[in-house]
Amino acid sequence: MIVDSQERYLQELLDKQARGELKAKDRYAIPPQDMPVQDGVERRSNMSEVALGYTALQARLEAMRCLGCANAPCVEGCPVRIRIKDFVAEIAAGRFDHALAIIKENSLLPAVCGRVCPQEVQCQERCTVGKKFKDPNMSVSIGRLERFVADLASAGGQTPQVAPSTGKKVAVIGSGPGGIVVAADTRRAGHEVTMFEAFHKPGGVKVYGIPEFRLPKKIVQEEIDVLEKMGVKIVCNYIVGRTRTIEQLMQEDGFDAVYVGVGAGLPKFMNIEGEYLVGVYSANEYLTRTNLMKAYAFGQGADTPIAAGKKVAVLGGGNVAMDAARMAVRLGAEKVYLVYRRSEVEMPARIEEVHHAKEEGVIFCTLQNPQRILGSEDGHVVGMECLRYELGEPDESGRRRPVAIKGSAFVLDVDTVIVAIGNGPNPLIEQTTPGLEFNKWGNIVVDEGCRTSMKGVYAGGDIVLGAATIILAMGQGRIAAKAINADLAAKKLS
Amino acid sequence: MLYRIVAHKQLSDNVFQIDVDAPLVARARKAGQFVIVSSDAASGERIPLTVAGADPEAGTIRLIFQRVGKTTAAMADIPVGGALGYVAGPLGRPTHIEKFGTVVCVGGGIGNAPLLAIATAMKEAGNRVITILGARTQELVILEDEFAGLSDDIIVVTDDGSHGRKALVTEPLKEICSRDPRPNLAVVIGPTIMMKFCCEVTKQFEVPTQVSLNTIMVDGTGMCGGCRVEVGGKTKFVCVDGPEFDGHQVNFDQMMRRMTAYKELEKREMEQYQKHRCKIGLK
Repeated sequence: MIVDSQERYLQELLDKQARGELKAKDRYAIPPQDMPVQDGVERRSNMSEVALGYTALQARLEAMRCLGCANAPCVEGCPVRIRIKDFVAEIAAGRFDHALAIIKENSLLPAVCGRVCPQEVQCQERCTVGKKFKDPNMSVSIGRLERFVADLASAGGQTPQVAPSTGKKVAVIGSGPGGIVVAADTRRAGHEVTMFEAFHKPGGVKVYGIPEFRLPKKIVQEEIDVLEKMGVKIVCNYIVGRTRTIEQLMQEDGFDAVYVGVGAGLPKFMNIEGEYLVGVYSANEYLTRTNLMKAYAFGQGADTPIAAGKKVAVLGGGNVAMDAARMAVRLGAEKVYLVYRRSEVEMPARIEEVHHAKEEGVIFCTLQNPQRILGSEDGHVVGMECLRYELGEPDESGRRRPVAIKGSAFVLDVDTVIVAIGNGPNPLIEQTTPGLEFNKWGNIVVDEGCRTSMKGVYAGGDIVLGAATIILAMGQGRIAAKAINADLAAKKLS
Repeated sequence: MLYRIVAHKQLSDNVFQIDVDAPLVARARKAGQFVIVSSDAASGERIPLTVAGADPEAGTIRLIFQRVGKTTAAMADIPVGGALGYVAGPLGRPTHIEKFGTVVCVGGGIGNAPLLAIATAMKEAGNRVITILGARTQELVILEDEFAGLSDDIIVVTDDGSHGRKALVTEPLKEICSRDPRPNLAVVIGPTIMMKFCCEVTKQFEVPTQVSLNTIMVDGTGMCGGCRVEVGGKTKFVCVDGPEFDGHQVNFDQMMRRMTAYKELEKREMEQYQKHRCKIGLK
């Protein structure tokens, strides 16, 4: 019944549009479409994806909300400049395959980006509809639309064409989002591409970091499968810098170009008392144990253990903190606290993740920060001493600085603490590549084409930007691949 | 075939030595480095093991490990011709090898395995090498012949006096450190508690001391931070900053507590595995 009326509603809108009578106010009047999700209680005890995706009808109604602004501010907000306005119009018209083709001009991984991009600070932040309502939640749900068309196609995606062999060899270090883009783009140009991964499974952060309930592993595997079908060679358990150095790859193993996309894999800690206690994890460790190593099935097929805490505190306010908190819920914690020193407005996590975390019962402790972690005699976590904060003047990041309230110390009763306050750059490449220029924070220095100080070596993603996002890593991969292809073509001519 | 076991030897009741096909690691590895291995690629746990030696020509590395948990038990059960799930490495910074003068090498239990690679390299660099090996009982002293072959002097001690002197390693270490001239360097590898007490001795005599730490790890490349130890008041990662550190700076007490994190879970898992072994007729 409801579906019928929705279908009629869509048809009316389309008819009006065909007659040239559809006004902006008609589009504003279309209610924003909610994405169906798994039940909040049920999903606390499973690892399956939470957000279930739009139906075709929902997608078309949502797409009808788009005003098709002449200046398309949304495109400006996208790090890889997807022609958003155009693909949304195709969805509204029901031409889903056209929509996907438009997205794929600029992004190789729409199924991933539709799920994990922080749209509310990118495309959707600029959306005129959201601006009209003075509420970013009212913007056109571009990410959900992207995901919708990507999922429709992923079942039988076609393998991109590969140009005839150039005889040039490209090494891609790291199989994360940036590396995948570089591998695909350089392979398409006809180069022989080998992708090296330190872990035993390719995919990078999408495999070890982002949980199944937010990004199903199947999607990542499909991307890897496409690469392999294109002829990209994937070598796991290979630590560039240690197994072979970049210099050896280029001078002895015949690689003409090397892309360094090793990410920001070095977790930061708070440097407070008690961080060495048993029960204190970096979010990287906690999530790697549970995602990649499947510690939730310890003793039932998986050999990697995890201390499944009953009362868990997660420190931080980003997406990784949300992932860790929601994972703790699924591992059976009775209480999960998310401790963040600023207020919820300043949280860098996607609004949707914050919302999902709350639905799942994560207790938000904002304007609080730990002073020390308390331990038992045998070195296990028994509590965390926190201070309450208030917001003061804006700091250099433009966010209001949290100021501790004197005498506000209290003890949070926890047995597990997960530190999710970010990552520094991984030092392995710096330790083993003397010719490569790094800045004082340990990030690789590159030019506008992602070229490093070493000829033939390119870099992008978190090892260049500091901990950032998947879409930015992909954007850099695009740039680097373009430079590699251009440089290798020039080399052939000279 | 990659990661195939080409030789298998039981060194003592619970200590095994395997040679594994891993040509790139065999060529790249230097003394002091370790690898991450798994008994099973699909569901296995990742554990760090020091590389005891390598044959770059044959493309094999030698691993010596103690059967303590399910992973090491499963590894011990893989026959020659079978394969490990994977081997990734070499990892960690190589030992700094140079001609120091006299180097006293102290090994305890399974620590003798990583120590052998370092002692060999120290000898090759022209050092006078004095070795002290310690174990609970005679049967647990491993690699004694190998050490005897390269050392200028070797002292073996056991807790029960069943072999060599009845003493703890700290006793001969103290004697050697009191000599004039003092040794120029001590390298100590063994159980955490042994390293702690050896470092107390060498500190007293102001003998610079290197220890090699084997902590809990997942990836071994700096990513998880599970291996963190406090060295000189700062957080260090054993996998990328180590595995060797100035023993006089390491907070051993803290490290020992951290090592107990999964004791209960591991015990349970090991019991399960033993039951499973009985069922399938292994002994």
